[in-house]
Parts: sequence; structure tokens; C-alpha cells
Amino acid sequence: MDNVQLNNSEKMAESTSLSRLVKVQLWLKVNLFKDWKNAILTIIAAMFTVFIIVRVSNFIAESDWSVVSANLRLLMVGQFPVEEIWRLWIAVILISVLFGASWGLWRGVIGHVAITLSAIMLIFAAVPYTESITKLYLGVSIVSIYLFYAFGRKLPVLKIPVLILWILIIPIAVGIINGFGIIEPVSTNVWGGFLLTLVLASVAIICSFPIGLLLAVGRRSKLPVIKYTCIVYIELIRGMPLIMILFIGQLLLPMFIGGEIQIDNVLRAMIAFTLFSAAYLAENIRGGLQSIPRGQFEAGQALGLNHFKLMVFVILPQALKAVIPAMVGQFISIFKDTSLVAVIGLADFLGMAKKVAANPEYLGKYMELYVFIALMYFVFCYLMSHVSKALEKSLGAGNR
Amino acid sequence: MESKKAQATPLWRNKKVLPILIQILFVAIVGVAITIMVRNVQTGLEQIGLKIGLDFLNLKASFPIAESLISYTPEDPYSRAIIVGLLNTLKVSIFGIIIASVLGVIMGIARLSSNWLIRSLATVYVEVFRNTPLLVQIFIWNFAVFLPMPKIQDASSIGSFYFSNRGAAIPWFTFHENTFIWIGVIVILAAAAILLYKKLTSISIAKGKSTHPIMAVIVFLVISFILFYFLLGNGPFGISVPEFNGTAFVGGTSLSIGFLSMLVALSIYTSTFIAEIVRGGILGVPKGQTEAAKALGFKSPTALRLIIFPQAIRIIIPPLTSQYLNLIKNSSLAMAVAYQDIVGIGNTIINQTGHTFEIILIMISVYLLFSIGTSLFMNFFNKKFQLVER
Repeated sequence: MDNVQLNNSEKMAESTSLSRLVKVQLWLKVNLFKDWKNAILTIIAAMFTVFIIVRVSNFIAESDWSVVSANLRLLMVGQFPVEEIWRLWIAVILISVLFGASWGLWRGVIGHVAITLSAIMLIFAAVPYTESITKLYLGVSIVSIYLFYAFGRKLPVLKIPVLILWILIIPIAVGIINGFGIIEPVSTNVWGGFLLTLVLASVAIICSFPIGLLLAVGRRSKLPVIKYTCIVYIELIRGMPLIMILFIGQLLLPMFIGGEIQIDNVLRAMIAFTLFSAAYLAENIRGGLQSIPRGQFEAGQALGLNHFKLMVFVILPQALKAVIPAMVGQFISIFKDTSLVAVIGLADFLGMAKKVAANPEYLGKYMELYVFIALMYFVFCYLMSHVSKALEKSLGAGNR
Repeated sequence: MESKKAQATPLWRNKKVLPILIQILFVAIVGVAITIMVRNVQTGLEQIGLKIGLDFLNLKASFPIAESLISYTPEDPYSRAIIVGLLNTLKVSIFGIIIASVLGVIMGIARLSSNWLIRSLATVYVEVFRNTPLLVQIFIWNFAVFLPMPKIQDASSIGSFYFSNRGAAIPWFTFHENTFIWIGVIVILAAAAILLYKKLTSISIAKGKSTHPIMAVIVFLVISFILFYFLLGNGPFGISVPEFNGTAFVGGTSLSIGFLSMLVALSIYTSTFIAEIVRGGILGVPKGQTEAAKALGFKSPTALRLIIFPQAIRIIIPPLTSQYLNLIKNSSLAMAVAYQDIVGIGNTIINQTGHTFEIILIMISVYLLFSIGTSLFMNFFNKKFQLVER
């Protein structure tokens, strides 16, 4: 009986032009007070929600956020020399331009990312703690997002150049920050804070992609030696905790390479992350390869393609398209996992916070500091998972 | 045609020769790389004057470990320290897996609730705790929640649970001479209860009348428990309650700050992934099953328990296995909050002795054993729940 009534009331709410009040009442009845059990549950949950909201808003209002505002530059870029910071801003503006242009060109979920980015920048520009030069740079970035959004809408010819720029963005950005070899490079030792987190995650995901691809194809190879080498590598890496791989990178890698070549801590962490991420990426790509029906292989062979051409032109494009959401998920987890370098003593976003917390001036300000860190991570991860869900939907639309 | 047949396939296109050549080349490259690495390691170790070998494990560890399940003093050898670390890893992992599973199942079902508020709360919980790095959460629990607790003299308490900046003191079970008898009694009672349930169910199916099997079993168990309680004079185990004697808590069991923050952070973080898996599993059961259950007159909770969940569990188990493994692997972050698990203790030993290579090999084999063990157990579980087809 319950369900019958429920269905009827839903229909009424949709079809007839009831007054707004009645609609609200119906919505409440269906969603919150269906029966007495639900009503009790709703009341308890509502009390809990109110309690949490009150506690959180009290915490935000009453805490002293100076620990964050005074150390904002440290948290964002670490020990990066102040006179060279313009390089970072050029990279940020370039990325803003790209986001703005792609928003105009493709609309959809990229727009959400662009708007959120501009909102974050606006918040940082609006708070009184940032220096005026920072506010200027942030302003330029925000304006360029919206300016290039307008350009993108008007000029669809930009699609190809923007795509090419997207592919090259990380090397370009790292190149700008590092000076392209023309101007004095800034040693990676002083890269820190959020900058280091982003660079570690991007380098890991980009460098691990070709390795992961080879491992995935190798694991499906018919040649037993290659197949089992790939399986052993993938399973060994996936069986170990990341922190141990970072230790191996820090302690064993210099031993393997020998005494002649010196590599700094950041580079070691990058290598460790790349090797780690490659194994997981390989499993994602293998999933994509397995989803390709046999007919595709056979059709490719029937057309006389050799194995290499068959893979590059027929199988991989389909397989990679199928695993884009999974790879975004992989990027999210790598982005979160970069925080582990704080344990081995690097000053990434979390490591920098750890160092700030050790400053006696800010004793006992852990909550404010770490909540800020958590919030920044949350915003970026949530944004990426939102993009991944949207991609899944748009890619899944054409699926069998 | 004739000329083509006569022409032999060139070596570099011969389908029989080519794979062998490629593999030899591959082995050669990998072999050379490994040889170079091994030689580098050897020369490096010779320079410091260290020899590779496991003999150092018998040397005196001479560092203290704050909490240990087995007796341990700094006089004990390194091998015992490693075992202590292993047990600590297992301790936090096992409790973490239990709590994470319970939380995850609750949240996964709550995310599918018809109640809007419950659904939204569960969604917020999952999104917030899934999208922040585990290490940040561990830091928050450790430095911002548990460490600022009051001093041990004025520990805050909820009932007999005391919380201070030295950790928590909670009531715990104690065993006495009747415990073994009780274990036997419980096994026999459980067997009897299962038999009773099966018998009553078959009667109710045969007669077409409900014999209330669950109620009967509960009544049977309660009555026999009370009976045995008076017969034996005490319960299956005693409960010891912590009491403050001026400097420390006596009785019960105490949990360190590091253990608490690891346990809470690991359970909450993993529970969000389990919630998504449970939700996906339930949604993965075809809609017709729910509708058929409704058409047969099942109530919603009964349908969930008897029809949806048994089918969902098949979808849930494989990803659940990898989440459990992730939890075990993530427990290695304990070294960030001074809870000494196997990786933390291994790191201390590396710093003391310089035997990096051997310790890392030991740790790799321990984690490989964990993953093989978990997947074997889960494969067995999976087989039990597999769809029985013709």
C-alpha cells in the first residue's frame, strides 16, 4: 500500500500545477517523513547536522588563522626565491589561458574547473594577507580565463593549437620555472609547498604513462620472458606500500646508480613515484585492452596490419579512451599520495605545513594549519573526481 | 608462385626465430642493467665496509619500542624487534579492517536511503574523507585531536573510557580458568542453534506456516547462556575497568595516541572506499530483482537482507579484497605518528646498522605474504559465494 501511494503522489507533484507550498509538502513527505521510522531518523540526523554545522562555524569564526595567512607563501611555493617568483606566475597565467580557451571551445565540465579555479584565485586575491603584486598576478590570471573564454567561443579554429598546448603544458611549465637553460635555473631543492606537490604529481603521471603502456602491452605479450618480467614488476610494486618504494628511492637508488652520479632528493622522489605509478597505470590500461573485443584484433590482422601498427592505430586508441576515467582516478590518488614525501623529509604542501607547525611561534595551531591543507587537497581532488564522473558519462554515451 | 616458394623467409621476418631473438635481446638488456646495479651496490658496500648477510639480525637491538604485543626489551635481538613491528602492523590492520567494514557497509546503504537527509549526510561523509590525503587525516587526528587532550591527571571520560594526551584507557576482557570451558560451551551452543534453525525452517517450509525460527534460536541461546552462567558461576570472560592510581591507569587496556590516530584515520579513510563498493554492488543487482521481491510481498529490509545482499556480495568481494590490502599497506604510514609498525622499526634498524638491502628485502617479503594471504582467503570466500550455475 505504501508504495502505491508513494507513486501516485510523485506523479501528482510532477504533472499538475499545484501551488508551491503543496509541492514542498509533498517533497518533504516523500523524502523525509515517509513513515514514522523515517521521521525519527530525519529528526536525529537533522539534530546531528545542526550540531556539526554549529561546531564547524564556531571553529572557523573563533580560530586564529594567522598561522595560515602569515605562512601562505611558504605553504604555496616553499623556499622558492622571491625575485624569481614571476616565473611561477607566468606558468599560472599560461594554465589559466588554456583553461579559459578550452572552456570557450568545448564548454561542459571544463567550465566548472575554470570557474572553480577563478573562484579560488579570487579568494586568494580578496583576502587582505596577500601582497599587492600577488593580487595583480591573480587578477591577470582571472581576467585571462574569462578573456580567453570569449576568444574560445568566437574562434573554433583554436581547437588544435589548444590541444597541442595541453599536451605540452607540463614540460613548458616546468621549463619556465626552471629557466629553459637560458636564464639561471632554480634548483629543485628549493621547490616546495603546493608547487612541489603539483610538480611531483604531474611528472609522475606523465613519465609513468609510457612505462605503464609498455608494461600493460608487455603483460599481454605472447613471449613468456617479457610477459613474466612485466607481471613480476607490476605485482611486486603493487604489493608494496608506497612509503617503502619512497625509501627504496631514497636509500637504494643511489646505491644502484653508483657513486659517480649525484641525484637530489626531489628527483629521487620523482623516480620512485614514476615507478610506482607505472605499475598501477599498467593495470588500468590492461583493463582497457581486455575490454577490446577479439574482432578488432582479427579485423586488423585481416587488413594486413603488422603487430605494431595494429596496436598503435586500432587497439590502443580504443583501449585508452575506455580507461580515461580510471586514469583520472589514478591521477587523483597520485596527487593525494604525493603527501607521503613529507615522511621522507621533503617540503611538499604537507611537509611545509609540518615545518611551519614546528615553529614555536605557532605552537598548538595544528588544527587550523592542517584543516587548511586538507581543504586545499579536497578542493582539487573533488574537482578532478567531478571531471572524471563527467568524462565517464560523456564517454559512456557512445558505448556498446 | 614457384619463385616465391623458393625464396626463404628472411631471418628478421621469420615467425619462429623472431620471438626467440627478441626475448634473448630482452634478457640481455635486463641482465646487463641488473649486473651494473649489483656491481654498484657491491662497490658501494665495500667502500663503507659492510657485508651483505642476515647475521646482524642476532645483534642486540638496543632501542626501545613503546608498545608491543609480546615482551620486548632493548636487550633483545633485531629479529625480535622486527616481529614486534609485524605484530603491531597486524594489530592496527585487523582492528582497522573490522571498523572500516562496519562503517563502510552502513555508509554504503545510507547513500542509497530513500531519506534525503541521511543520503546527503552519507554523501558528504564519503566525499570529504575520500578526497583528502590519508596522511593529512592521520596528522589531524594525531596532532590536532588526540595530542591536545587533557593531561592524564584530569583525563576526560565517557563512562569507563578515559582519554588523555597519553592515549586512551578502555575496559578490556580478562580471561580466567572458566574461559576455556566457556569456549567449548559456546561452540556446542552455536552448533545446536544452527541445527535448531535448520530444523525449524524445514518444518515451516513443509507445513507452510511460520515457526519463527530466528526468535526460537534467540530464546534458546539466551536461556542456555543464563543457565550456564549460574552453573559455572561466572561469564565467559571478566571485564577489567581502568582506574587511575595517581600516575597511570591500572586495569583495562591502554591505547597509545599513535595507535588511536592510525586506527581512526585508517578506518574512516578506507570506509569511504568500502561504502562506494557496497553502493556499487547493491546498484549492480538487476532492478528486476527488487521489483520481483516487492511483487512477492517482501518488506524492504527483508528484501535487502535475503535477496539483494546475497547477490551484491559477489560484486563486492573482489574490490573489497584490494581495499583490505590497501589498508594493510597504508598502515605503514604509522611511522609518521610514532606508532612503531614494521616499516618504522625497519627504518630504525636501517639507520642503526646500514643494512638497507636486507631490511628492505625482509619488508618486501612480509608485504608480499600479506597480499598473497589476503587474496587466497578472499578467493576461497569468493568461491563459496559464486553463482551456482548449471
